[in-house]
Amino acid sequence: MTRTACTLLAAALLAGCAAPQAPKPWEKGNLSRPEMTMAGDALDQRFTQHIYQSKENGTGSSGVGGGGCGCN
Amino acid sequence: MRRLPLAGAVLALAALHAGPAAAVKEGDRAPEIAAKKDAATPLRLSAYKGQVVLLDFWASWCGPCKQSFPWMNALHAKYAAQGLRIVAVNVDPRREDGERFLAQRPAQFLVGWDPDGATPAAYEVKAMPSSVLIGADGRVLHVHAGFRDEDAAALEVRIAAALADRR
Repeated sequence: MTRTACTLLAAALLAGCAAPQAPKPWEKGNLSRPEMTMAGDALDQRFTQHIYQSKENGTGSSGVGGGGCGCN
Repeated sequence: MRRLPLAGAVLALAALHAGPAAAVKEGDRAPEIAAKKDAATPLRLSAYKGQVVLLDFWASWCGPCKQSFPWMNALHAKYAAQGLRIVAVNVDPRREDGERFLAQRPAQFLVGWDPDGATPAAYEVKAMPSSVLIGADGRVLHVHAGFRDEDAAALEVRIAAALADRR
């Protein structure tokens, strides 16, 4: 009896370790806000990109389309 | 008998990791929606039985949704008389965000509000925006994820075909 209780308790506690669910496509409103970007503002990103491209002697292939809404 | 609790625990854990419900496919019966027209009036698909419904999921923060609204207004103007109902379900948790979007891009078609996301969950929406074309018999004819101006013509062909089938 104690054993059953212990097992069930352990199972219940372990359930807390389950990974949180990733946000669904319709729940990404907060993620798509500008302040959620890892880099700086648009001007700062452009500046960084400009420096990077001039140092690496290459352009293009940076960034993807879409605004974090799961489309595109 | 000693294995029983263990099996129970495994089952309990498995249930927690159960995958998402299957997405709605062509040919499926369209699930009922759980949106509201306003605080007191529910918006249900059953009210549009026998009509072709374009069910659209949109949010204020979704860029392509801004492109799709003028297109849906044009569709409404062109096909409403032939029996097309456009039902655009907003999924913003805060309705004010959606209202602000509508103030800039007024919608001629029906707008429903589902801040809890029950409807997109029932349809297992894969992207924002998403549109589901539902035939007069209540079955899903087409599911489209995202919106680009290039997609518009092909979608309109499908809608026109669905309306022709209805007659």
